[in-house]
Amino acid sequence: MYYLVLTVALYLFWVLLSGHYTALLLGLGAASVLLVVWFLRRMDRVDGEASFTRISPGLFGYFGWLMMAVVKANIDVVKRIWAPNLPISPTWTRLETEINTPLKKTLYANSITLTPGTLTTNARRDHLWVHCLTQDNAKELRAGEMEGRIRKLNL
Amino acid sequence: MSMVLEILSWICLISGGFLCISGGVGLLRLPDFFSRVHASSVTETLGTPLILGGVMLQTGWSLDTIKLLMVGMFVLATNPTATHAMVKAALHDGQTPLESNDSESKATPPLENGGPKEEEANQEEDPSSS
Repeated sequence: MYYLVLTVALYLFWVLLSGHYTALLLGLGAASVLLVVWFLRRMDRVDGEASFTRISPGLFGYFGWLMMAVVKANIDVVKRIWAPNLPISPTWTRLETEINTPLKKTLYANSITLTPGTLTTNARRDHLWVHCLTQDNAKELRAGEMEGRIRKLNL
Repeated sequence: MSMVLEILSWICLISGGFLCISGGVGLLRLPDFFSRVHASSVTETLGTPLILGGVMLQTGWSLDTIKLLMVGMFVLATNPTATHAMVKAALHDGQTPLESNDSESKATPPLENGGPKEEEANQEEDPSSS
């Protein structure tokens, strides 16, 4: 079932990207999709964690919020870059987290890295190491709005 | 209508270009590797999407719009991965972030509070020196 959905999704993606509809090209596309799915099957024997993520409305809500946060962080970082006295205070700190599922922790660490001004360097069982461009960025992470939003997600 | 789209598109393109330049300026101005990474993420997380958005408005509604949207999504999805890989490599190489209360002060000894594991590995002798 998993591989069936994967095949269909990959093929739709291929058609979308190619935009050619002759028999030869569609056939070649199908062949390459099958090859990829076969590779994936072989790889899953090692990884063993193939799973679907439930795509919930909450996830889109989170991405919307994340994009807003990213825009705000961008403006802040750009201001600091152009300010003549370069008002930064880099810090590398340990950030405790109560998120414990691998998927959510991945989302959290990647969201932190995506936001300019904060950057995950290491992920451990119950904490992350983050590098922040300013002390304020670190304080904002500790305030935990992003973490709270991820914990509320139904993944 | 097309005039509005044109103006909107150029606003996106120009502000995207400005953000990319800002990223470059940040790369030059910021003091160490780790803070420079923050500057480069400005280019990727807002500069690129704005430019892609501007191009999208120029092409109008077609299959290319969806392709551009996907390019944007992939850039956003791969940015954290690439950034993280780079930072990890730097840590493995023994770089430590410049920590400061004011940006003038020299790096403090970084890891009194028990830093990440990579630091222990760094105590090994440099293979290139043997």
